[in-house]
Order: sequence, then C-alpha cells, then structure tokens
Amino acid sequence: MSGLFAIEGLDVAIHGTPILKGVSLEIARGETFGLVGESGSGKSMTALAAMQLLPHGAQARGRILLDGADVLSLSEAAMCRLRGRRIGMVFQEPMTALNPVKTIGEQIAEGLVLHLRLSRADAMERARQLLDRVGLTRAKVAPERFPHQLSGGQRQRVVIAMAIACRPDLLIADEPTTALDVTIQAQILSLIREIADTEKMGCLLISHDLAVVAEMADRVAIMKDGEIVESGRTAALFANLQHPYSKALMAASNHVPKRPKGPPRTPASHGTLPILSVRELVRSYPQPRRSIFRAAEPFIAVDKVSFEIRAGQSVGLVGESGCGKSTLARALLGLEAPNGGTIEVLGQDPNAARGATREAVHRAVQVVFQDPYGSFNPRHRIGRVVAEPLHLLRGEISAREMRERVAEALVEVGLSEADMAKYPHEFSGGQRQRVAIARALVTRPKLIVADEPVSALDVSIRAQILDLFADLRARHGLAYLFISHDLSVVRAITDDVMVMNGGKIVERGKTARVFDHPRHPYTRMLVAAAPRLADALAIRAAIEDERTGP
Amino acid sequence: MAGRSSTRAGTIGFLRTHKALALGMAIVALVLAAALVSLVWTPYPIDVLSVPDRLQGSSLAHPFGTDQFGRDMLSMLMVGARTSIAVALVAVGIGILVGVPLGLVAAARGGWLDEGLMRANDLVFAFPALLSAVMITAILGPGAVNAILAIGIFNIPVFARVARGGALSLKSREFVLAARVAGKGEIRIIAEHILPNIANLLIVQGTIQFSLGILAEAGLSYVGLGAQPPLASWGRMLNEAQTMMALAPSLALYPGLAIVITVLGLNLMGDGLRDLLDPRLKRRVA
Repeated sequence: MSGLFAIEGLDVAIHGTPILKGVSLEIARGETFGLVGESGSGKSMTALAAMQLLPHGAQARGRILLDGADVLSLSEAAMCRLRGRRIGMVFQEPMTALNPVKTIGEQIAEGLVLHLRLSRADAMERARQLLDRVGLTRAKVAPERFPHQLSGGQRQRVVIAMAIACRPDLLIADEPTTALDVTIQAQILSLIREIADTEKMGCLLISHDLAVVAEMADRVAIMKDGEIVESGRTAALFANLQHPYSKALMAASNHVPKRPKGPPRTPASHGTLPILSVRELVRSYPQPRRSIFRAAEPFIAVDKVSFEIRAGQSVGLVGESGCGKSTLARALLGLEAPNGGTIEVLGQDPNAARGATREAVHRAVQVVFQDPYGSFNPRHRIGRVVAEPLHLLRGEISAREMRERVAEALVEVGLSEADMAKYPHEFSGGQRQRVAIARALVTRPKLIVADEPVSALDVSIRAQILDLFADLRARHGLAYLFISHDLSVVRAITDDVMVMNGGKIVERGKTARVFDHPRHPYTRMLVAAAPRLADALAIRAAIEDERTGP
Repeated sequence: MAGRSSTRAGTIGFLRTHKALALGMAIVALVLAAALVSLVWTPYPIDVLSVPDRLQGSSLAHPFGTDQFGRDMLSMLMVGARTSIAVALVAVGIGILVGVPLGLVAAARGGWLDEGLMRANDLVFAFPALLSAVMITAILGPGAVNAILAIGIFNIPVFARVARGGALSLKSREFVLAARVAGKGEIRIIAEHILPNIANLLIVQGTIQFSLGILAEAGLSYVGLGAQPPLASWGRMLNEAQTMMALAPSLALYPGLAIVITVLGLNLMGDGLRDLLDPRLKRRVA
C-alpha cells in the first residue's frame, strides 16, 4: 500500500438512487489530487463519503482506505476520533463553516482539546501559533475575534487553521475558494499548497474550476454523473483528453462566443446619442454615528463615476465584491436614487421623468440578475413572469399582443411558447437564466444591464448563455452593461471594459488592451490573480517533464 | 400539466405520512360540522327549560345527559361550538385585516413609520392579553361582540409582526427588484409578489391564533364577560357546572373536553400546515 488514502469501487445510493458509481482514486502523501466536475457530478458526495458524513438514507459500498485501514467499516465513535484528527476538511462557505458565537481561537482550540487532550491553555497557545501559520498574525487578527469581524478571506484562513490543527494526514478542500474574490482566491490557494507541501499532507481538492485544479493538483480526475470518466497526471491528462465529456468541459471553459461580423446593427434614429450617460454619479449610505457630537462620515459606495454606453456597445464592469458595481447597477435601474451626479437614459433623467417619458425610459433599460433561483416569484407561471415588464406598455398594446410578445421573447432565447404554462421550478438553472433574459427582452430594450448573469452556472451552461447574449446582440443591436467578477467572462463578451475598485473606476479601455496591458496597479493585480488554464497547464507540464526526465 | 398532478399526489402522500395533520384536520372538521349543523338543527332547543328532565345521565335520548335545567348537553355543546368558532374567527379576521396591512406598510416604508408602528405593537404586547380583554369588556360591558373586539385587538400585533418579517425578507429578493424595474408600484408589488409568498406564514399563524381565540373566549365567558344567556358557550357551561361539581361532575367534563380537543386539533393542524407549506420539508418527504 503505497498510497496514503485510497477509494476503491465506491458506490453510494440515497434511498435507492445511485449517486456514485464505482469511484476509485488514490492519493499519496504530499500529493494534491484534483476532483473536477459540474454541479451534481458527485464530487462533494465523494468527500462526504470519505468523512462518513453522508446524508441520512445513504448507503455506501466499496472500500475507503486510510493507511490501509477501511474507513467504511469503522464505528461512529471511531470515526469521531478520525475526523479532524487524521482527515481535515475545508468547506466552501467560510461564514457558515464557523460558529458565529465563539471566538476563532476557541474554535481552533476545540479540536486540539478533543483529539490531542491538550489543556485549554496549551490549546489556546497552539491556536495562536496556527493563526500565525495561516497568515493571521496577532497584530492583525487576535484569536479573541469573532467570525463576523473578519473578511471572507480571513475566515477561510481560520477554517484552514482548524482543518490543519491536529496535523491531519489528509486535507479535503471542497471548493475552498469559490465564494472568494480572485485576488483572495490566489492567496488561499497558495496557502493550501504551501501547507500541504511542508506538512507532507495528502490533499483532495474539489473544484468546478479547471484553471484552479490545473494550478494546484498533481493528478486530476474528471467526474460526471457519479462516475470518474478520466484521470491521470494533470498536464498529460489535459494535453490528451479522451472522453467526449472531458473534451466538452475543456472546450466550454475556454469558450469565446462568436463575434458578429462587422459592427453590430445600429438603429439609425439614435445616431450618436448615447443610450446611457452617467456623470459624476455618487451613491453613499449613512453609517451609524460613533459620537453624539458628530455624524459619522457616510460610506461612499459609488464615487463620482462617469461613463457612456452607445447603441450596440457591450461594456464590461469588473471588480471584486464590495467595490460598488452592484450599487451602481441599482442606481442605473432606478432602484436607488443617486446622492449626486446625473444619469441620463436617452437624454432623460429616469429619476425625474414622470408618466409616459418615465415608462419609455424604463422600457429602454432592462435587467438580468445573477441568481436564476431568486429572480422569479415561485408562484407565477413563466408566461406571467416574462410579461411583467409589459406593465410599462399597459394601455398601448392589447392582451393578445402581449401574449405574442411573450411567446416571441421565449422563442428568441431558445425556449418555446408551450413553456408559458410552466412554473419556474420546472426549469434547470440554465433554462431559468434564459427565462430571465426573455423577461428583459420583452419590452424590446436598447440596453440590458446584466449583473453577474452567468456566475451561478456550470461552465457548459455558461458557454451557452454567453452565446445567447452574443447572438441577441448581433440580431437586435442591443447594448450591454455586463457586470462580473470573472475576467474570462468579461473578456469573452465585451468590447470595452471598466475596472472598479473602492467605488471608483480606476481603468477603462478596449477589453483586450486593458487585460493584456493593464496600466493601473489594481488592474495588474486583478489580472495576475485570475487563474488561467493555459498558463497553469504549461507550468504543470514543465514540472512533470522535470520529474519524469533524467 | 405533469407538474400540477404530481404536486397534488404529493399533498395526499404527505397527509398519509403526516398523521398529526390528518388527525388535526379531522377534529377541526368535526367541530366545524357540529357548529354548522347547530345553525339549522339541534336535537333539542336550548332555550326551553325542562326541569323534570334535569341532571339525567347519558342515554339514547340524551347522549351526553342533561344539565340542571333539563337542557340537552349535546345541543348545548353544538351551539357552544358555534359561539367559540364565531368569536375566534372574527377575532382572527380583525387581526389579519388590520395587522397585515400595518406590517406591510412598516416593511415597505421603513424609517420612523416602521419604528413607530413596531413600538406601538410592543406596547400592546406588553400587557397580558386576557387581563386587558377583561378590562375592555368591563368598560364596554359583557357580551359576545365586545369579547370579539377585545380578543381581536390582541391579534393585531401578532399578524403585523409576521407580515413585516416575511415582507422584509422578500423585499430584497431579485423578483421584487425585477418587478420594480418593470415599473410596478408599491401596492401592486405587495399584491402580486409579497402577499402570495407570505400567505403560508399567515395561514399557520392564523390557525394558532384561532385556537388561542377559542381559549380566550372560553376564559372570558367563564368569568361572565363573554357570551350572555341564552346563547350557549363552552366557557359559561363550565362556569354553570361549577356549582354542581359534586352532584354531576360530567357537566363540567364535557365542555372542558370540547375545549381541550378543539384547541389540540387546531394546534396539530397548525404544526402540520407549517410543514406542508414549507417547500423545503415538502420536497424532502416527496
């Protein structure tokens, strides 16, 4: 038994429905093993089976070996000694993985007291060292802090400190950076890699992101529908993919929608008048006052932002969470009144316009939100959902015309008229995002504001939705404001891009120019932090050559 | 329409697995049926005294016996059910009709209006409900209508809170934002998006308030501040049976049991409905 950890022919079924089918893998000491797949492929279930934390009603068959001993045959009491002691786990969502009412020091010490029988004082001392180890020095983050006082990246560091507290042999990281910004993601990934290297831990890294896995893993397995379709050394595997699913996954990850030939169709009537023009826009929020004598400084979410969008232009807005990009979008949609500056849609201020002008303005700008689950009223049929913006045309078109418009919009996005009678829960995530786009199209807008429209989707679905956006733009001359934290998505779909940081636009220009030759230091950091599959694979290949070489 | 029929099959299957809900609904249906039947027919009239027949035990003619004035206990219980249900229903209705709009306005407007309404709510909550009901009926005079009013006032803050909480959590959801982008006004959004999605919360709360209303009515009638004779009420039946405890304990037993079983049935139904209307739980069972 050379491997530290092995899964042999693991089958898992929940209430008789097979979830995993014959999964086998092996991880050596000090090796990082990547498990890739789309949602529902069974990657998380594999991790839960290794920890014996499967949901109620699940039966597992096969063998899971840790140093040659079968984990599956262990009693619950023996498993409790194993979890945290020999297998550590890092979860996706750092907020829910920590207990909000205990200090971070106590939470790290808990495992030490339980598994290593340390005294409370010794455990707290060790917790302090662990926090140092994961880069949270005492000066920055004291162990007496509570989880809500930390940022997302800091919380994930605490979770990692908890996972490695007892020096486990195996570290399981389930989507450890999916909830984090790219710059933070880069830091957390290098921390995990460094710890696994120096402590000689085996590491099972689960991710949907091929670039992350290529950067991190020595060997990779690709999962689909509960089966491993292909596995091998990272660079060698990706260089020579055999299974059609892996090939499709690879293609979708690198997908760039076809650009329309020549400039997109522009309605002549608008000429050079911009659809949207924003000048010196400010949006701030009051903060709780710290002193009774002086009001607190307001928090400025959007700070003197100016830009224009012309007909048929696709503009990207990039930035990390909290940079003000969603606040800016809400102000453009008229959901929040600005505190300063002006917004003009077709030459009219949407917040001041009343009556017919107001409706014409709102009709011209529609929106697609991120969450394909939260953006529909679960009690309304799709026909009613899509027809909602036609409220702006009430009195102008008949009920029959409205119905025709809805059907037309559904066909535009690749659904059918028959779907009008269905409820949102009958659709998959990708289909729901199509419905959301249909709802935005139904008023025949000039500009669609898309706030992270593909962030919640799997890569293959993401590629289809991006194609749809590109196609609709070519056919209708739509303009987009495409808001995303994902540089590859923005690069694929936009002509111009604006980079936002701390409420300000720090750099703007042609998308290719900004991403290939960033000028502002923040843009440079952002571009450097974003994992790129091709680069990661090249580095990986060099390492593998070196190892197999003389 | 595969989706619809599967939902219906899911509901029936849920009833089969969720026995408490089925039992609760059966009890409530029985009490409701007794109350409705009493509107058109009771075995004996309850406003005719027949002293020779007083204090009979249970027999074929009088399944639950007769009271000290010779009135049929079964008929009294049926009319009592009607009184209890009418009082509790109208009281819950007052709570919903006044409380829900208040809660929704508080959630929609926010700021000082929200603050003011919610503090007023706290003020009403701060007094023990039954004590204040006694005070109100003492001022306005005893009677079924005043009992309804007194109980109803204390339902208002309960529903206001439930409606406000539900509306606040929906307010920032993307489908509500989408409706605002579609140019819809506050009232339309509340009617189309907020109310249908907090309906299940309100139904569950309504069931629980209904059972509390029945208890409150019985309490008020027991101390003589609720329904007045000749109208029968479970609370007053208990009160009248008090003096006969030694002679005929069953006179107190039956109305007492009626109250306990009805309240139990309503609570079982409330708990079951909460589970049934929570889509997450439903999916797990189905």
